[in-house]
Amino acid sequence: MKSFTYERPSTPAEAAAAVGRTPEAKFIAGGTNLLDLMKLQIETPRHLVDVNGLGLDTVEPTDDGGLRIGALVRNTDLAAHPRVRKDYGVLARALLAGASGQLRNKATTAGNLLQRTRCPYFYDTAQACNKRQPGSGCSALDGVSRQLAVIGGSDACIATHPGDMAVAMRVLDATVETVDGVGAARTIPIAEFHRLPGDDPARDTNLQPGELITAVTLPKPVAGTHIYRKVRDRASYAYALVSVAAILSKDGSGHVAFGGVAHKPWRVEAAEADLPKGAKAVTQQVFADAKPTHENAYKLTLAERTLGAALNQARV
Amino acid sequence: MVGAIAPAAAARTDEPVLVKVTFTVNGQRRDLELDTRTSLLDATREHLHLTGSKKGCDHGQCGACTMIVDGRRINACLTLAIMHQGAEITTIEGLGGPDNLHPMQAAFVKHDGYQCGYCTPGQICSGVAVLEEIKAGIPSHVTANLEATPQITEAEIRERMSGNICRCGAYSNIVEAMTEVAGARA
Repeated sequence: MKSFTYERPSTPAEAAAAVGRTPEAKFIAGGTNLLDLMKLQIETPRHLVDVNGLGLDTVEPTDDGGLRIGALVRNTDLAAHPRVRKDYGVLARALLAGASGQLRNKATTAGNLLQRTRCPYFYDTAQACNKRQPGSGCSALDGVSRQLAVIGGSDACIATHPGDMAVAMRVLDATVETVDGVGAARTIPIAEFHRLPGDDPARDTNLQPGELITAVTLPKPVAGTHIYRKVRDRASYAYALVSVAAILSKDGSGHVAFGGVAHKPWRVEAAEADLPKGAKAVTQQVFADAKPTHENAYKLTLAERTLGAALNQARV
Repeated sequence: MVGAIAPAAAARTDEPVLVKVTFTVNGQRRDLELDTRTSLLDATREHLHLTGSKKGCDHGQCGACTMIVDGRRINACLTLAIMHQGAEITTIEGLGGPDNLHPMQAAFVKHDGYQCGYCTPGQICSGVAVLEEIKAGIPSHVTANLEATPQITEAEIRERMSGNICRCGAYSNIVEAMTEVAGARA
């Protein structure tokens, strides 16, 4: 690990200002992903701004019947929150499907949104990776791509967003709240929070340098069966090959987002009208522009079948 | 600013940066001055010579380093020691020793919950915390009804212990040990 300096401010504006004014500075919250990457020298910040003293750790009802989740609410606490379990089951399920108990105790809401890809070429510093080292190329395109993106990728990058929580937040139409170094707040719809790689895969999100997430807001609950189905190589503690976050009525109508398939949670709202017709009618539209590799074309079949299983689950 | 930690100069440096931190380990107050890079695991093993907690993968994948910090189990390898100013930390040494075994330690011995023993301190710290998590009503991936109180079942124990790897494969005996401790407590 490279050496770094450290500070622990006490307000969000101070924290954002500290990262804004310090070259190569990063926020650290739970640290479970950042420290992993720092040990491998994939991330080499010169300065860490510890945001654990900022508060931002409560879940509060909003005036319009929704929920405002502080950036530092731990994954364990969010999944266990009575309102989340009752009204946003898809979010509780997604959180509980991710990582391990130890990691969920540390990992935060904001940090989970910002976790980086687990593409093996991003992690292997001896390989070309445009996300880790812009301009170096992408070893994944002709490499081991079984776990990588089938849609929304580019000639520069086919990495996936690795998280589960964000997929649930996408189907819930969450909004990300931020503050920047001069104290200006803004909100970003979750659909616009994560980027597609394009020709600049080093940037995972549309956050500006020094911009700090303060909360994630959920609109009022959506009725229906809340489902998160995650297909992975082992029964627990593994990344999704494909996941489905869905809120469905008995007739199949509702909303669905897919994880494990793209650089961001993947949702095509226009296809949702066809949910009552069955999984195939939907996935044909959702994945119409898919460009799978020879190793990950199976994900298209898997996505259809996983959605089919979710539709069956909602009918019961 | 919070605590005694001051921002160091922002100038680019490859020199080690030392920061003071105070926390409680197994009931004893400890004052340390550490390189900012020091993990909580390295602080306890290398600086405090509490070598019960083990370093397996050093990347949060194996669970051998599991400690209980402020009542919660965490991977001590994936957290910086200096981020734990004022924390209450319990390692395997704090749960019990040869003459005063914690019930979970005694149950692991009775049920043969280990072979080589390398993962065992992490398994035991995790096991103690898992039973507390179930008691606190925290659901898991295998909890059928999110709104019901989770029960202590084999499926719940297996899922919740999935962050602790045992390459000897003592899993079934670990489940038996935890089940016995849970039952004795109920």
